[in-house]
Amino acid sequence: MGMTITEKILAGHAGRERVAPGELVNCRLDLVLANDITAPLAIQEFRKLGVSKVFDPGRVVLVMDHFTPNKDIKSAEQCLVIREFAREFGIVNYFDVGAMGIEHCLLPEQGLVLPGDCMIGADSHTCTYGALGAFATGVGSTDLAAGMALGECWFKVPESMKFVFHGELRPWVGGKDLILYTIGRIGVEGARYRAMEFTGEAIGALSVEGRLTMCNMAVEAGAKNGIVAPDDKTLAFVAGRARRPFQAHAGDPEASYVEVHEYEAGQIELQVAFPHLPENSRPVSEAAGIAVDQVVIGSCTNGRLEDLRMAAGILRGRRASSKLRLIVIPGTQEIYLQAMREGLLEVFVEAGAAVSTPTCGPCLGGHMGILAHGERALATTNRNFVGRMGHPESEVYLAGPAVAAASAITGYITHPEEVVSK
Amino acid sequence: MIIKGRIWKFGNDVDTDLIIPARYLNTTDPQELASHCMEDADKSFAGRVQPGDIIAAGRNFGCGSSREHAPVAIKSAGVSCVIAASFARIFYRNAVNIGLPILEAGASVETIENGDEVEVDLATGEIRNLTHPGVYRAAAFPPFMQQIIKAGGLINYVKERMAERA
Repeated sequence: MGMTITEKILAGHAGRERVAPGELVNCRLDLVLANDITAPLAIQEFRKLGVSKVFDPGRVVLVMDHFTPNKDIKSAEQCLVIREFAREFGIVNYFDVGAMGIEHCLLPEQGLVLPGDCMIGADSHTCTYGALGAFATGVGSTDLAAGMALGECWFKVPESMKFVFHGELRPWVGGKDLILYTIGRIGVEGARYRAMEFTGEAIGALSVEGRLTMCNMAVEAGAKNGIVAPDDKTLAFVAGRARRPFQAHAGDPEASYVEVHEYEAGQIELQVAFPHLPENSRPVSEAAGIAVDQVVIGSCTNGRLEDLRMAAGILRGRRASSKLRLIVIPGTQEIYLQAMREGLLEVFVEAGAAVSTPTCGPCLGGHMGILAHGERALATTNRNFVGRMGHPESEVYLAGPAVAAASAITGYITHPEEVVSK
Repeated sequence: MIIKGRIWKFGNDVDTDLIIPARYLNTTDPQELASHCMEDADKSFAGRVQPGDIIAAGRNFGCGSSREHAPVAIKSAGVSCVIAASFARIFYRNAVNIGLPILEAGASVETIENGDEVEVDLATGEIRNLTHPGVYRAAAFPPFMQQIIKAGGLINYVKERMAERA
């Protein structure tokens, strides 16, 4: 019996020849990650253990990205706890305001997570890094505390589901549309406890950024991890970023999958997920005309350079509707700088957008774009739960950057063709 | 370990934003988190929940973010146990790690109604509805997980184990 990539990584980190789905294995961790919401609890639990050091100060990553630049006194106090911890324990990869970015944009960019890695993060979207061929999964603060102390974590080896995207993508369609479409087919618990492996010509044609977007939302189908086999694009992406050796794995041809789903990429339209679950995805044509009060372009799902280029391409020379607020959030300082050099930020500001320093802010209703009661947002973020971006009686629609930019111009949910053909 | 309490019934896909909205995640204080528990699902919950009460819900309870503040808020609100048809995986792990008993009971949850008095045996996984008489069987916690719950969570459990070894 062959093994999937996920099984190979877990076996390698458990010191085993092979593992099978359902087995409990204790794995060595290449990296542990926490943010300004989850780290304070993890630090509190870590200190209860009474240990004098973290397993490896170079492999603990702390990113102050959720409520930063601090939105209030309480969140400032939380960051202070983490800052002091980072100094005391000599944490090398501590990212504060001015250096930080949205964690799941930042770690791949900084070469901190690499193909073949096994890692945990106290953030559910840690599954993003599967796009590089790593096993990465979200945990809570207590597991993270144990991980910081031991450099180990136990896992149940997940069953793998394979998603094959045949053929070529339609114009404008990207990773966000593929993953929203997939979640729409299998539902928000369709991959519960499982690995989602994405493959096929359309995935090969996607950029690494598009794959990061797809794996980012694996958790929205309940998955433990998302994963894409590393290819030339992956290796080109990590070249020049990686500062330690890594091992890229390929799945065995005879590996077994609990389910195989095959889709024709050319049949998949631009997607919009209606409130209040990511599984409520439909073609954009079925959402056309729905008025929105705010458009957010950013987040760990779609805050990368490719997303900003896509949005700027549509917004260039046009203005956002005066009926809505347009908020654009580059994912990291590097993305921000590059977007500035390419003139993208100028396009956004001239279009009437508020361009923000990197932050998770509005995605989770933290700050930087909270909705009032009865308001509706279209966002390139990953969750549209009740109250996710503000008032419990507000609504969030999810889409990719092309639909978001086009909708910002018209004031209602719009296919990009409608604005660019004019 | 036997738990007895009154049921608060919720539906499918109760996400962590409903359990504890992100706007309150600027604190780790358990009592403050408890005061906003389930706020966006039922504003009256935090004010009316009584020590020992039990939450029963449908599929995929605790989906969404990895915030451990969610099971902490539930436990600190005095809830003794959560019974659901199924749980999202990070929530499940977090609940055990902080010592909140949870039982995956499948479709039998549908027969439990709001306000029912229910008795739960964590050792056997038996759920006994005292109001609308019926007995259901959820997967029981294995002994080591029962010990984690009894110790009040993973950290205490690890400390107890380390003390035993010393």
